[in-house]
Amino acid sequence: MDKHRVSGVVAGRLTAREYQDNFADIHPPLSAHEALVEAQRCYFCHDAPCMNACPTKIDVPLFIRQIATANPKGAALTIFKQNIVGGMCARVCPTETLCEEVCVRNEAEEKPVRIGLLQRYATDALIESGEQKFARAAATGRQVAVVGAGPAGLACAHRLSMYGHDVTLFEAKDKLGGLNEYGLAAYKTPDDFAQREIEYILGIGGIEVRSGARLGENVSLDDLAKGHDAVFLGLGMGGVNALGIEGEDLDGVVDAIDYIAELRQTPDKSRLPVGRRIVVIGGGMTAVDIAVQTKRLGAEEVAMVYRRGAEQLKASGYEQELAQTSGVQIRLWSAPVRILGEGGKVAGVEFEYQSAGNGGGTGGTGESFVLPADQVFKAIGQKFLPACVGESGVALKGSRIAVDEERRTSVAKIWAGGDCVAGGEDLTVASVEDGKLAAESIHRSLTA
Amino acid sequence: MADLRSEFLGIKSPNPFWLASAPPTDREVNVTRAFKAGWGGVVWKTLGEDPHIVNVNGPRYGAIHGPDRQLIGFNNIELITDRPLDVNLREIKAVKKAWPDRAIVVSLMVPCEEKSWKAILPLVEETGADGIELNFGCPHGMSERGMGSAVGQVPEYVEMVARWCKQHTRMPVIVKLTPNISDIRQPARAAKAGGADAVSLINTINSIMGVDLDTMAPNPPTDGKGTHGGYCGPAVKPIALNMVAEIARDPETAGLPISAIGGITTWRDAVDFMALGASNVQVCTAAMTYGFKIVEDMIEGLSAFMDEKGYSGIGDFVGAAVPNVTDWQYLNLNYVVKARIDQELCIKCGRCHIVCEDTSHQAITEVKNGVRYFDVKDEECVGCNLCASVCPVEGCIEMVQQTSGTDARTGKPIDNSYANWTTHPNNPQAASAAE
Repeated sequence: MDKHRVSGVVAGRLTAREYQDNFADIHPPLSAHEALVEAQRCYFCHDAPCMNACPTKIDVPLFIRQIATANPKGAALTIFKQNIVGGMCARVCPTETLCEEVCVRNEAEEKPVRIGLLQRYATDALIESGEQKFARAAATGRQVAVVGAGPAGLACAHRLSMYGHDVTLFEAKDKLGGLNEYGLAAYKTPDDFAQREIEYILGIGGIEVRSGARLGENVSLDDLAKGHDAVFLGLGMGGVNALGIEGEDLDGVVDAIDYIAELRQTPDKSRLPVGRRIVVIGGGMTAVDIAVQTKRLGAEEVAMVYRRGAEQLKASGYEQELAQTSGVQIRLWSAPVRILGEGGKVAGVEFEYQSAGNGGGTGGTGESFVLPADQVFKAIGQKFLPACVGESGVALKGSRIAVDEERRTSVAKIWAGGDCVAGGEDLTVASVEDGKLAAESIHRSLTA
Repeated sequence: MADLRSEFLGIKSPNPFWLASAPPTDREVNVTRAFKAGWGGVVWKTLGEDPHIVNVNGPRYGAIHGPDRQLIGFNNIELITDRPLDVNLREIKAVKKAWPDRAIVVSLMVPCEEKSWKAILPLVEETGADGIELNFGCPHGMSERGMGSAVGQVPEYVEMVARWCKQHTRMPVIVKLTPNISDIRQPARAAKAGGADAVSLINTINSIMGVDLDTMAPNPPTDGKGTHGGYCGPAVKPIALNMVAEIARDPETAGLPISAIGGITTWRDAVDFMALGASNVQVCTAAMTYGFKIVEDMIEGLSAFMDEKGYSGIGDFVGAAVPNVTDWQYLNLNYVVKARIDQELCIKCGRCHIVCEDTSHQAITEVKNGVRYFDVKDEECVGCNLCASVCPVEGCIEMVQQTSGTDARTGKPIDNSYANWTTHPNNPQAASAAE
């Protein structure tokens, strides 16, 4: 019997070949010839819009010109100077709403230069060469604690080390990388790229790693502040939002980010049990990542259900298209009312149709429908857990850490950046910029 | 449909597109393929005396590429034919017999002695070929042996050999000129003085294509060494155009038929040369880049152009641009243009702004009302055409003549009369002439 149609949550729905194809690199890298042709499309704009659209201000025309002049490793250095996580950003940045959206080629031919793929071409060349292009400045003797080894923490640690400060990088999980390692769809970053990039970043030296160090549990912020000249918090978001509806505790109701992390950490995808009929609740990148990946694991039907309309979907146009071309059904204007169970296991989700209400909210129409499901994923957003900063006095804004333009918190000697701070964009590249800005600010304060 | 038939020195061909003396015309098999593809004629690759020369057994060609590896410049160190004379003569005769409506001119290069020329001319005549072209142009290899450009660089030799050939053959004589000379008019005048029926130009330009940075050998290399070769292809076209025009407008050579060579790749290139005085054109690099089929586009394109302009025959536009080629001193200094940027077409790359700002006259804005906006400041614009030259969008920036009002840059009223340097008050010669 076709394993697609086996009900319940089971592993091994596909052939080995299907798993391999489904989780292969979604954007295969450019060949040298393709990269050259693409690079030659760049006009080398003055005060280039792409550069200004990049949160880390990568000098895009310059690095593309370096590719065109047969200097891809030099191109990578141009990228890494602004964004040390440039390899991962090349893979996961929503370029269609950043650099590529404003490429002037759109004006004439509606086809931007493929900046993301060129950035990947350059950064791959340098990382694969193993050449360490960064060196530390003379040691300053200053000690900085960086908490969280996600994009923000890595960027901060690297730049501080470059300036000669000694960095201790604390990470709660076993592996470094944060969402680069535990989030993101597997087909966006295959071949253990996150760890290869981290190896390059740490290759500068001067960064001591302490994994398994969880702030608020076995490490306290007060102690860190006392023992270091400065502290950077790149904590990410430790919690997930709850639906707050009946049936949320049923077997088969799963937090999308947990499953995505498990999927990233499982090399043999045939070992991952997945439902036959999947319902994903949410409309952001995480919702798309889980919907597409469960489809690619062999689920027969995957519905991604969002409370509001297409215009409010947080997933980019490209992500929505990816979901649809992968066979995910996107259903809009539907809010979950209760999760239905049978014998303690999830059996379906009841939704109520919504209409736009006043003030941007939605209201139920009273009409409802049921989607059968043997697995339900919650992807309605994550939240910062402020308990970990304890009694330090670090002020929050809304539910996240408040920072100023330099990423300073309300407490002296403590900086913060990435998803844990208020006002961010929840993008890898924005987190990198936070870490970089904080490192510059820390450096200024330590050398003032 | 326009009549593309060409007659050059009485030599008829169905169109004015000939293949130049070069690798594509070295052998019967190639020339037959060319005629099947539609080429109007060929200049058979240069024959020399036996024993025939030899070529290197390594690379003969080097290239310069533009975006997407488009071939922009090309060079070669290949010598004249490396096959026995009688083999070439036999093949020429066979091809001429098989293709009587196509032009076959034979290129020749023998030592600079009358007996050598006197000996080879009857052999060529016997093939039924339509004419000869004297190769005084090749800048590499043969020039070291006193032939090719070594002859073409000495007007007295050009005249002498042309005269010998006219004495010893009934065939029309075309002298092929080398561009490796300061004033192209000198050898052209010499050719005419020697009785040559026409000149063809340009042969290739001395060149080194680059350096292999691992071996530090010039390109193309032979066992770690390189030598200068002949440069050709699209990159040389402007140089060739100027030389053709110089000969066409020189009173001493006016009316001397010209067969133009130099980077001709499209019908448009051919028309440029013909407008500047060439009666027909010869092509090599374009064929060596794309194969013989490109002649189809050349023929169709020329025909469409002539129909659109109402030209019934090629003679209608040959030389049409020659009267408009003049010396700088006669250019109208009262003519004022300003750059105009079509904001609908502008893609806002900012290249016009930055090149004007960095390297010219600071005459293009960058921002207007807080957004990227590139517009011309008439008070700074000298009308230099740099912005239009670098703009990636065709037709987005144009140079527009100012016919009334005041030039915002100079503050002077636009004067629609003609005035040139010869009468300009800043010209010391003009001042002294007026005194």
